[in-house]
Amino acid sequence: MTFIPISPHERDEMLATVGVKSLDDLFDAVPKKHRFPKLNLPPALTEMEAAAHLSDMASSNENVQQDLVSFLGAGAYNHYVPSVIDHMLRRGEFYTAYTPYQPEISQGTLQAVFEFQSLMANLTGMDVSNASHYDGATATAEAINLAYAQYRGKRTRIVVSPALHPQYRDVIDTYTQGMGVETVGDEETNLTLSPESLSSYIDDNTMIVIVQYPDFLGRIFDYKKLIDDAHAKGALVCVVANPTALLMLKTPADMGADIVVGEAQPFGIPMWYGGPYLGFFTTKKSYVHKMAGRLVGETIDVRGQRSYVLTLTAREQHIKRERATSNICTNQGLLALAASIYMSVLGKQGLSEVANLCYQKAHYAANELSKLKGFKLFSSEPFFHEFTLQCPKPASEVNQYLLDHGILGGYDLGNDYPELKNHLLIAVTEMNSKDEIDALVEVLKEM
Amino acid sequence: MNTPSNLKYAKSDEWFDPATGKVGITDFAQSQLSDIVFVEILVEEGEDITAGKPIASVESVKASAEIYAPASGKVSKVNQGVVEKPELINSDPFGEAWLIQLDGGTAGDLMDSSAYEADSASRAH
Amino acid sequence: MATIIEPTIFELSSAGRRGVRMPASDVPVVDSLPQHLLRSELPLPEIAEVDVVRHYVNLSKLNYSVDSGFYPLGSCTMKYNPKINEDTCRYPGFLFSHPLQPIETVQGNLALMYELQEWLKEISGFAGVTLQPAAGAHGEYTGVLMMAAYHKLRGDSKRIKMLIPDAAHGTNPASVGMMGMQVVTIPSDDRGNVDLKALEAACDDTVVGMMLTNPNTLGMFDENVEKVISLIHGCGGLMYGDGANLNALLGIVRPGDLGFDVMHFNLHKTFSVPHGGGGPGCGPVGVSKTLLDFLPTPLVGILEEGNDEEAPFYGFVTPPNSIGRMKAFHGHFGGGMVRAYTYIAMHGPDGLKDIAQYAVLNANYLQAKVRGHYKIPFDRICMHEFVAEGRFEGSDVRALDVSKRLMDYGFHPPTNYFPLIVPEALMIEPTETENKDTLDKFADALIKIAEEAKTQPELLHNAPSTTKFGRMDEVKAARELVLCCWLPENVELN
Repeated sequence: MTFIPISPHERDEMLATVGVKSLDDLFDAVPKKHRFPKLNLPPALTEMEAAAHLSDMASSNENVQQDLVSFLGAGAYNHYVPSVIDHMLRRGEFYTAYTPYQPEISQGTLQAVFEFQSLMANLTGMDVSNASHYDGATATAEAINLAYAQYRGKRTRIVVSPALHPQYRDVIDTYTQGMGVETVGDEETNLTLSPESLSSYIDDNTMIVIVQYPDFLGRIFDYKKLIDDAHAKGALVCVVANPTALLMLKTPADMGADIVVGEAQPFGIPMWYGGPYLGFFTTKKSYVHKMAGRLVGETIDVRGQRSYVLTLTAREQHIKRERATSNICTNQGLLALAASIYMSVLGKQGLSEVANLCYQKAHYAANELSKLKGFKLFSSEPFFHEFTLQCPKPASEVNQYLLDHGILGGYDLGNDYPELKNHLLIAVTEMNSKDEIDALVEVLKEM
Repeated sequence: MNTPSNLKYAKSDEWFDPATGKVGITDFAQSQLSDIVFVEILVEEGEDITAGKPIASVESVKASAEIYAPASGKVSKVNQGVVEKPELINSDPFGEAWLIQLDGGTAGDLMDSSAYEADSASRAH
Repeated sequence: MATIIEPTIFELSSAGRRGVRMPASDVPVVDSLPQHLLRSELPLPEIAEVDVVRHYVNLSKLNYSVDSGFYPLGSCTMKYNPKINEDTCRYPGFLFSHPLQPIETVQGNLALMYELQEWLKEISGFAGVTLQPAAGAHGEYTGVLMMAAYHKLRGDSKRIKMLIPDAAHGTNPASVGMMGMQVVTIPSDDRGNVDLKALEAACDDTVVGMMLTNPNTLGMFDENVEKVISLIHGCGGLMYGDGANLNALLGIVRPGDLGFDVMHFNLHKTFSVPHGGGGPGCGPVGVSKTLLDFLPTPLVGILEEGNDEEAPFYGFVTPPNSIGRMKAFHGHFGGGMVRAYTYIAMHGPDGLKDIAQYAVLNANYLQAKVRGHYKIPFDRICMHEFVAEGRFEGSDVRALDVSKRLMDYGFHPPTNYFPLIVPEALMIEPTETENKDTLDKFADALIKIAEEAKTQPELLHNAPSTTKFGRMDEVKAARELVLCCWLPENVELN
């Protein structure tokens, strides 16, 4: 009866109104032999006991705030989350509401989503943004759904960069299982090729080309030439971008991208062992009808007040059913709010400072690490806050050594690229002090 | 509800003009869908189509519908005007809001205007 | 020009204002990137912290929420969200762990995930559970992918049809559409059950399976559910359960025991994860033995058994015929799994049964109170929700008008126009966390509105009148498509 506000006396009155004798009588439609199973679950805890139990579980982790110094990124980043964000997120008016189906009493959520759409469109340089996707990987897969719908299934080739996040590539493979499409390009094992080498895969049957910016190995490429090549064949191009990097870098829109998606976890969302995060999806206005997901538009109410509603809803599953571009319904509303507040409270200046700190510290770390004997940078291409470091031994051994010294090393690229088994993907953010970077260098020097 | 007598009608609410080969959706259909906000034509000029094939998709504020070819033939023209101004379907369903034009179109199993009027009236709510 | 109630964050911006500042760099300065790789401008707001706070507090006040009142949105299970969940999911050990940390450093997280998998298995009667899917629809897609993979592995390539009742959520056919399968709609009979004759006729060797929500969206427990499942299994198909309405079944019956092969859970409905104004959700999927090997990767497993002194050592495992990965990392751990774990831990077996019993009691109580005032097309003992018709003899009032008028009485409206098989549907789900007084007041409001519909219909047509905003022009929104506050064409409009 933990959260049930009905007294035994009231229960009996209510049962009488319904016209049954007991609660169990409400379930006559349920097959008798399966009715009221005995569940083998631990007995109920009180709030005090639950808090203690969960606290014990949490404390048995080693976390990157109290226990470990972290240089791990690879799709989830340790950034500072301004205090304001959680104070706002914990307002029940936001977190205990649902999808704003009734706009008259949901303007808070609707305007917040509208502002999120605007902020993301301005960040990526694209025309429109939707209200969010589950994460960067599924947003990338939804870009394929858009392209597939745009070409009405007549184009069936997807060109994917081998330097797209390996888990994103896995999700693409899963999502496209029933679509009758082929994915090419990502099997390339020579990772030193320029992005234009992907052009050779683009043909008249190609619906979309997908690249990452900066790519999974941290490299920054200008994709303009590749995008021009794709457009010449009529294919769309989706750029999977890191939002923190976009604070500094030329926008994918400037390179001609058709769709810009990514993972907005770096914008005010805790690492939380992998989720929930925030997939963002931005595109050109001409593709808005093929874009999946919720969309908020501006309008006025009967009193002439500016207001916001869910719009173009006939694209979505609850109306279009099996003809919808995607089945997405619930998205990441509260986390879109977190990202909006992040962008607002740091603002133009603060955000530039975040980007600059990431850039400066990562370059300091890269400089110092590449001075060590046996270590060097994998690529001479420009990078932002993440880079690939070649090590004198397998990355897994290096990481184990670092962990023994309280350091969460980089991502072991050998997991996904056998030829890079001696390579670590190192991420450095504003959270890493010079002392931490120096400690990393010192420990590796002694290895 | 307007139902011009020179046109032929499909049960799925499309009209076909045997004289011009033009195809569109009926006044009844637009009133059921309410405010149309998006039209996508699914066939291209020069394409041969058979009656019953989806030729367009329309979306209103509250509903979405597939539009099927009421006749077979070669698509000689696609109306870009209605793609750009979907609300034409609400204001002029039998005129400016034609969707495609067929060359030598052969009507499928279609009704005349009085039969269609009776049929649509029975479906109105 | 329209009246502005709360300016946008861009309108609040003023050049040179600062919010949160970052520390100065403590490393030697390096050269910046080449100019051609840098962006020319960063068009984001400039605003002080206090103004950011006021802006979002002002926005929050424009929302109706469970914390502020009764929210009987059918099929959404808008139950109270316990506050302790908001604390536990923010414990630093959870909040600050990276998804790619070595497993030996995150045994607490893995233990929680493993136990939650086990608990969900026990609650649902399934042989395996993946926690990875991000929401209900994502779980559905996971399930449909597994069903397809099962038939494919058996070389059974003819199967292309998914049977879906006419009362189903739109996500069901949409999930099937994403797989390129055909949807065959199965009608409901006059008691709100699947029409067995129609089902029998549709069952053949081209059937992938069936997706059934039970209790269905009419709030009815299908009285022939075992027969339905045996028909599907009889033709070689698999049975999918849409777990959106699982709140009615906790401790009452286990879908796995009934013969379902696969089902998604909505942790944000049944297990009190807050809805967040539209997510994040969390949509684990349970499967019977038949589909165990097809679950997405990774699952949490025990790598080394524990003993009296040592806890087991947990890690990730991949099922042999896994469909692959549904999203990056491991699912909605912090926001979904930790909250649901906390909730289940605080209920135990008896507490879970209480949830279902009182959710069903509350729905039946409300149904009994409004019967006679609203037509209830499928009128029998309902489960956690029921559907009434928002239309009245001799009145042009529609369900939408009833809903808008409910706002004037201080309530969130029910779900409108769904399920599609009931004209002018009002789908009402009170949940177990509402007391009798609230239900009485809500019933009184509904009854009063039914009277108004006959005597003063304009009150309903013009509703809501007591809220900050009136009805919106949705046609204008869709035709003019102003989707951002910063685009040049926007500025012209203002």
